[in-house]
Amino acid sequence: MNRRDTIRALGLGAISATTILEACKSTPTDANAAANPAIKSIDTTGRQDFEVARDRSIATLTFFTPREMATIHLLADIIIPKDEHSGSATDAGVPEFIEFIVKDEPQHQLPMRGGLRWLDTECLRRFEKDFNDSTADQRLQVLNDIAYPFIAKPDMQPGVAFFNKIRDLTAIGFFTSKMGIGDLGYKGNSPGKWEGVPDAVLKQYGL
Amino acid sequence: MQLIKSSTVYDVVIIGSGAGGGMSAYTLANAGIKVLLLEAGPFFDPAKDSQQLKWSYQSPRRGGNATRPMGDFDAAYGGWQIDGEPYTQKDGSDFQWFRSRMLGGRTNHWARISLRMGPKDFKCKTAYGVGDDWPITYDEIAPYYDKVDKLIGVYGSIEKLENDPDGIFLPPPKPRLNELFVKKAATGLGIPVIPGRGSILTAALPGNTDRQACFFCGQCNRSCKIYGDFSSSSCLVIPAIKTGNLTIATNAVVREILTGKDGLATGVSYISRDDMQEYQVKANTVILAASTCESARILLNSKSATHPNGLANSSNAVGKYLHDSTQGGGAAVLPQLVDRPRFNEDGVGSLHLYAPWWLDSRKQNFSRGYHLEIFGGMFMPGYGGYFGFEGAAVPFLNGFIPGPDGKTKPAGGFGASLKQDYRRFYGTMAGVGCHGASTAREDNYCEIDPSTVDKYGIPVLRFRYKWTSDDIAQAKHMQETAQAIVKAMGGISLVPPQGPDTNYGLDKPGKGIHEVGTIRMGDDPKKAPLNKWGQTHDCKNLFVTDGSVFTQQSEKNPTWTILALSMRTADYILEQRKKQNI
Repeated sequence: MNRRDTIRALGLGAISATTILEACKSTPTDANAAANPAIKSIDTTGRQDFEVARDRSIATLTFFTPREMATIHLLADIIIPKDEHSGSATDAGVPEFIEFIVKDEPQHQLPMRGGLRWLDTECLRRFEKDFNDSTADQRLQVLNDIAYPFIAKPDMQPGVAFFNKIRDLTAIGFFTSKMGIGDLGYKGNSPGKWEGVPDAVLKQYGL
Repeated sequence: MQLIKSSTVYDVVIIGSGAGGGMSAYTLANAGIKVLLLEAGPFFDPAKDSQQLKWSYQSPRRGGNATRPMGDFDAAYGGWQIDGEPYTQKDGSDFQWFRSRMLGGRTNHWARISLRMGPKDFKCKTAYGVGDDWPITYDEIAPYYDKVDKLIGVYGSIEKLENDPDGIFLPPPKPRLNELFVKKAATGLGIPVIPGRGSILTAALPGNTDRQACFFCGQCNRSCKIYGDFSSSSCLVIPAIKTGNLTIATNAVVREILTGKDGLATGVSYISRDDMQEYQVKANTVILAASTCESARILLNSKSATHPNGLANSSNAVGKYLHDSTQGGGAAVLPQLVDRPRFNEDGVGSLHLYAPWWLDSRKQNFSRGYHLEIFGGMFMPGYGGYFGFEGAAVPFLNGFIPGPDGKTKPAGGFGASLKQDYRRFYGTMAGVGCHGASTAREDNYCEIDPSTVDKYGIPVLRFRYKWTSDDIAQAKHMQETAQAIVKAMGGISLVPPQGPDTNYGLDKPGKGIHEVGTIRMGDDPKKAPLNKWGQTHDCKNLFVTDGSVFTQQSEKNPTWTILALSMRTADYILEQRKKQNI
């Protein structure tokens, strides 16, 4: 652990060779990318050519099925709901972030796809309906069995692993959005003069 | 494919535009010398190309590290692996090599920690009984440290410590809240903590109108649009262009240094990444500053009838004595900072506080020392990069610390209460990074892999590097110190203690990115490639000015010493040119 690395070992994301290939031969996809407002808005100044190509390429690919995305919407808003401080995960564009990041960091793809399937299967087993078609109470019943890693039952471990992942991705997506950064109360990224910790704060902590 | 030979003969050609190459170029161009600077990557001007002041949500990966290993905004084009430019390992080694292919090299994203080596560091054998003494003393290099301080600017405080010499300092920045807790804990353990030393303009730099004073965004690793910190690109190369004496060839990947029948250097051969053609340029003097490992690679690949063992390698020491700093540390969440007050705490993107090595090395079971780099604060929430979002640990932490109602829930969860937990733990992380001195050894080295070439057909490096029992004993001490500080702060450690099987948390060699020593200085031409001026013993018009010249590193981060030595070598070249010796 050191100042150079993140607290969380993120691992080097390796995009597949086919995606890069797509990007290289891609005038038609460039047109698609230009039509995608999320990509159009990316400032390419100081970016390397392969970075720009990669971002554009990712924007033209779709990983999750509409049904999977619907589940991600439901889960994201259960994990981070709207409250008196800020909107919900979907208000902050979390599902779109998750769709991007699983293509940017493909190591999430299998655990996400398999985890979503596990969740549907568990709901089918219990309620004869998949997650999306289960009632709100039924969904919570399953989530309560997988959302607490240290007390979850051994046969719920695949669900725990999946929920850990989607909870992390949801939190990252939310708290790095404009809405989430505002919610956390981050005050920086604003040129000024750093004069040290305010006196009142020093006093509060006896420093 | 074409071979394109330039008819121009430059006074000096410099390979590499990082700290060493940039300083040589700046000094020589300002003295009226016609210089050609070759850089393997593209032109990079922080004023235009920096990602400074972007918000996390302006990155589709929110600052994640899929394309840049230290985060999407980090100013390093390259990383631990570069597509088409591999390196290999030998004897089970796992050396990690970070390369930045861009004008200014790794100085665009470095942590700006700017420390002088001390008198004992230059006399390692004499002072500590290990390694070798440098052929120069602190007193010989001190005037150059002074010149670098004045030219580039460094903040710090006057401490009058025996082996951590003071410089000519700008005022140091005040510490962040979290860092004050680390200071309190460390001080309580008998570890003196002092202000950091960094090349950031905390105040205007006297006599310089091209650079503005720091506005405290804490984003030095993105490089600075107002040139408020030191990058070789912004502070050396770009200003040197204005002399009219400096020509720059970017995307120029050097294959070898060319020599004549008399064994002297005649120029450089390179591949242009723009058109993939082969180029040859001529110069009266060649300066090699492609970075510690790349410079060794170029010399070893520059074989000729007069230099059959590689250029400037009659000592057989080129590539050997590779050493990186040891690296360990600890990080914790401070429960007393849960629900902490919000204010702009970005500060500077370097050290606010650090602890120079504080113990007597003779009383330890390892030969050298290490320092503590203190960190912590309320950073821009982002995914990856220098500081990850400590939110990753919240679904575990919330099972250990009582909520506002005084009750402790099971760890994990979801919903409004989890959302509240993310707020409560934001900005509660603090820790120490430890960087220590490792001793240069002949059997830690890089060499040419006889069977592997990169995409340009250039033979690649193969590494052999093992930590020694001495390094591991130091890492054990680092871990004990870091854990003791975490305990004294009442912190919840985010890094579990590690045992002998993982070298007590000692990072892989290379991860410190302080690798030096592969083309070392030494008075004896049979033992070292360079004399004390950075001139090769075997080839008098060939000089080296990057980190490879180190006879022996210390626990001080090497950049300030690279800059001082490079300026000194450039002055020596000017003097030798006047005397018509080269």
